[in-house]
Amino acid sequence: MTSNSRKNPLQPPQLAGLEKCPSGISGLDQITGGGLPRGRTTLVCGGSGSGKTLLGMEFLVKGATKFGEAGVFMCFEENAEELAQNVASLGFDVNGLITSKQLVIDYVRIERSEIEETGEYDLEGLFIRLGLAIDSIGAKRVVLDTIETLFAALANAGILRAELRRLFRWLKDKGVTAIVTGERGEGTFTRHGLEEYVSDCVLLLDQRVVENIATRRLRIVKYRGSAHGTNEYPFLLDEQGFTVVPLTAIGLQYAVSTDFISTGVAKLDAMLGGHGYYRGGSLLLSGTAGSGKTSLAAHFLDAACRRGERCLFFAFEESPDQIMRNMRSIGLDLRQWLDKGLLRFHASRPSTFGLEMHLTAIHRATEQFQAQVVVFDPISSFESAGSFPEARAMLMRLVDFLKSRQITSLFTSLTSGGNPSEQSEVGISSLIDTWLLLRNLEQSGERTRLLYILKACGMAHSNQVREFILTDHGVDLLEVYVGPGGILTGSAKAEQDRLDSAANLIRRRDAERKRLVIEHKQKALEAKIAELKAEFELERREMEETIAETESSAQSLIAGRIEAGQRREGTTAAPDKIRKGGRK
Amino acid sequence: MTKTEKPIVPKGKAAAGGEFEWELRLYVAGQTSRSIAALNNLNQLCETHLKGRYRIEVVDLLVNPQLSREDQILAVPTLVRKLPEPIRKIIGDLSNTERVLVGLQLRPGK
Repeated sequence: MTSNSRKNPLQPPQLAGLEKCPSGISGLDQITGGGLPRGRTTLVCGGSGSGKTLLGMEFLVKGATKFGEAGVFMCFEENAEELAQNVASLGFDVNGLITSKQLVIDYVRIERSEIEETGEYDLEGLFIRLGLAIDSIGAKRVVLDTIETLFAALANAGILRAELRRLFRWLKDKGVTAIVTGERGEGTFTRHGLEEYVSDCVLLLDQRVVENIATRRLRIVKYRGSAHGTNEYPFLLDEQGFTVVPLTAIGLQYAVSTDFISTGVAKLDAMLGGHGYYRGGSLLLSGTAGSGKTSLAAHFLDAACRRGERCLFFAFEESPDQIMRNMRSIGLDLRQWLDKGLLRFHASRPSTFGLEMHLTAIHRATEQFQAQVVVFDPISSFESAGSFPEARAMLMRLVDFLKSRQITSLFTSLTSGGNPSEQSEVGISSLIDTWLLLRNLEQSGERTRLLYILKACGMAHSNQVREFILTDHGVDLLEVYVGPGGILTGSAKAEQDRLDSAANLIRRRDAERKRLVIEHKQKALEAKIAELKAEFELERREMEETIAETESSAQSLIAGRIEAGQRREGTTAAPDKIRKGGRK
Repeated sequence: MTKTEKPIVPKGKAAAGGEFEWELRLYVAGQTSRSIAALNNLNQLCETHLKGRYRIEVVDLLVNPQLSREDQILAVPTLVRKLPEPIRKIIGDLSNTERVLVGLQLRPGK
């Protein structure tokens, strides 16, 4: 672990096997591919208040507590007590580590006014001092915070630079993994050009304020001999220490699930092909104020908790108590899940901190709670914490992160009344798997809620609009009336139903009457036919009788003539005939 | 504080025992040419300006490394004026006599 162990930087990192020293700082080891270069010195630079000291301290504390590596913190600005107090707010028990000989804090006090320079000198005193501290506990890690103070104290910059160069080489020879901090300078990473001496790894911390909201970011400027993330990564500094979120590093290669989970509303499940949403999918509920977004989200949570899944509720506009009270009014008891530890609320105002910080906080809370289902209510308020493109970028990373962990997410989004609901979420609609739209409909003096599915990727879904009602036993969906007058809901629908049934009755009666008329007419017709037939029969008979009479009289006439003729001629031809047909 | 001084015996040492108006302590790291030069310069200067009123202690940090921390010594050689108060620190090989005199407040500064 000396300076000649340097690897060829052109070699791929996995082959070069540059030994890494895990920092133990959440997220930092991911973006650096395992930690800081072991046995080398890393420069951490940033403006005042950017978190350099805390990063250094956490590096040592984590080294001592997680990796069994003792550390030396040499500070030039704060004394040991101040430092211990400052980092106690991050949950570090520095004094305990000092007592157990895992940490040494050495405060180097330099008073420019007390010092007069009178010729050649070197900083051997500092080396001896640091060496003593390192040897006293067998330290593997060293932090110098911030050595640049020396530039203010010592006038002879030439000597100082030469000594710094010697110091960094000396640290390398000692085999300790070191962090030196430096104040950000104008146009340079550090005010006094420390980057000139530290060439292995440079981290830049930054705190930017946009619209009164500060966001901390970390960037790996340089990491010789190792692949690393090049983006700016947001980080958090709070009671849990330093948390870097490697969110920008998340790719699109995540596995997806084909399992379904229920929405908590059976009729809604039915609309979504009968199963509900995809596990690990993202769901957007958008609608105007009071359209029932939170209630639907609460159903979703309730169903998830019922299945024994761990749920996180990120509330950005209401307090947890308020949400639970409101949900009780529709018959949902969320408190029971809270008590069972299946549900956790995470309430914060969107404007409390920047988008990146929100993202980081969400990331950490989700990881820590190992949530399977998360709800964000509402995401539209993020626009107030940043610009629209920023909010979109943030949500995209959020969705990516959640999907990569197979966490089912539900977002609610408030759309303003005037806007067409489809437009305001155009930014994130492409990221969302299932999008339900809730609308308020004002009609005949009342307001009703409508629900329909705008999008449901990868599943069969209903194209129908349903009326959405909130009852004291939860959400229910009703069919709506679709007729020539458009969509009717609520009492208008009931009225229409009544009107319809009345109209139906009238129509039925009308038809009945007509049927009777037809019957009657048919009967009349049939009667007429019968009468005509009877008349005809009568006539026919008369006619036939007449015909018969006429025929018989004609015959007897003929017969009479023949008889008369025979008699005249005296023949006896056909006497039978004559007898038969002739007169007697 | 018990200190074991390395016996590079300063020449101009006054009679043993009793308090001196001037208590000076020179911190060095080993017997380098620079530390020897510093001690020589100091001896000469004291003989010239503070004869009989001073005592010089020499501390070798290689022998007593913990003193680097206790006495806040970074640079070597460092000359510390412990008495008269307030404490003054003068770093370097003391080759610039003018500045040493200013540092010891034997001469007003600029």
